[in-house]
Amino acid sequence: MNGVIDLTVFQVGLAYIFVLMVLIIVRILGIKREKELIIASIRMTLQLILVGYALVYIFDNPNPMITGLIILVMEAFAVHTVLGKYKNKLSLPMKKVIAFSMSMGTLTCIVYFLLIVVRISPWYEPQYFIPIAGMLIGNSMTGISLGVKLLLDGMISQRALVEEALILGATPQAATRSIIRNTFDAAILPTMNSMLGMGIVFLPGMMTGQILSGTAPTTAIAYQIAIMLGILGAVALSVIILLKLGYRTFFTQEVQLQTGLLDN
Amino acid sequence: MFKFVDVKYMDILDVPSLFIEKGKITTLVGASGSGKTTLLRMLNKMLSPTQGKIMFKETDLVDINSVTHRRQVTMLSQNPVVFEGSIRDNLNIGLKFQEKSLLSDDALLSMLEKVNLKKGLDTSPNALSGGEKQRLALGRVLLLNSEIYLLDEPSAALDDETEETIIHRVTEYVRKDNKTLVMVTHSKAMAEKYSDTMIEIAEGRCQSIRGCKRERSY
Ligand SMILES: Nc1ncnc2c1ncn2[C@@H]1O[C@H](COP(=O)(O)OP(=O)(O)OP(=O)(O)O)[C@@H](O)[C@H]1O
Ligand SMILES: [Mg+2]
Repeated sequence: MNGVIDLTVFQVGLAYIFVLMVLIIVRILGIKREKELIIASIRMTLQLILVGYALVYIFDNPNPMITGLIILVMEAFAVHTVLGKYKNKLSLPMKKVIAFSMSMGTLTCIVYFLLIVVRISPWYEPQYFIPIAGMLIGNSMTGISLGVKLLLDGMISQRALVEEALILGATPQAATRSIIRNTFDAAILPTMNSMLGMGIVFLPGMMTGQILSGTAPTTAIAYQIAIMLGILGAVALSVIILLKLGYRTFFTQEVQLQTGLLDN
Repeated sequence: MFKFVDVKYMDILDVPSLFIEKGKITTLVGASGSGKTTLLRMLNKMLSPTQGKIMFKETDLVDINSVTHRRQVTMLSQNPVVFEGSIRDNLNIGLKFQEKSLLSDDALLSMLEKVNLKKGLDTSPNALSGGEKQRLALGRVLLLNSEIYLLDEPSAALDDETEETIIHRVTEYVRKDNKTLVMVTHSKAMAEKYSDTMIEIAEGRCQSIRGCKRERSY
């Protein structure tokens, strides 16, 4: 290992040749995507530059308030993304459940992971806190998003079965048991699949990044194993909270099906 | 057993007053769309009146836990619903939902015989005909051995002969244990033959049961 090769601005500039290449291909194929492509490249560059400088500042001046604020923004962004995806299909109680399960599920795992597994000090050390929280929240967001979709689909497609179960004297919990089971299973499947392929089909981004920046592969692997388990925990916890609280929003006080949202 | 006081359900039903007697067989007749199913669903709290109140054994239904109520007042839906699994699973599922102990194969088989369904317990119910599914669903609710039954057209998809057999057995079963039965039927002949009281809901959207109720005792 000869330390890290720093990229100069010129070297990074050379990488833009890829954008140029795609532009040419797109032009030849006659796909009208030039504008989006240029915007995407510029936005990506600007966003990362800004984030880079912000991180430099934040890492140099560790502050519990700032770390907390950033976590809050990440959680809010994740909740907002899920809600935006299912705009008119969610009831107000369901939206609350989404926000609650996202934050409870991830915060619990973030705290455990950083304070008990990695044992960072001070507890708000941004260099660890921010990237790890980002990974757990990002993965939970995908899990919750899938969970919401499957729960809604299940309630709509199996509505007659759920209703018949109620008629036969089932509690809402018993009436939705199979929907909840299937949804949980499907929502954690992507995480499990990525665990199965890890190291063979692909090297995870975090590990690649660490290795590129000079960390010994063994250290990088230790981190990757721990973070993968943390991700599994965060996804499973937030999805189960979502489902356990979410199914109730489909029933009224009188234990009748909450129609309306299920009708269309 | 049930007493309606100025009940309305949206603009679909208007029932100023109605009694359903304990230990009697009451039939509900009326044209399609007149509100028979709606009335039945109110009795087991799958629908709640938008106005007025329904008393059940002197208590307002509003104050009774819905799940507890449905375990006492068992309803058979108009359209049979078949759950995942075998015929055995489908017969037992009501007991399972009510957290009661499941029945032995012998008991299940004798119920299949009672509802005239000649199929094995391990058969998948998906291939059953409409009428067979309806009898499976009937068997499922009869196994619950409830005090009160609400049956929504239990014989709609059946031929005359099977209909006669099934209704005969059901009413016999109900009378033997002095159960209460409210049954929707499209057949006035059946209603007159087997019921103690017949309630007729007037054509179209029922404005009032008072005017069209025809009570008679046999
Ligand atoms: N959830 C609902 N919202 C609006 N209208 C409804 C609803 N449920 C039923 N209706 C209407 O109420 C009326 C009565 O319906 P109901 O199912 O009680 O009739 P029914 O007497 O059981 O008819 P059938 O003999 O065809 O089964 C119908 O006009 C129906 O379209
Ligand atoms: Mg009906």
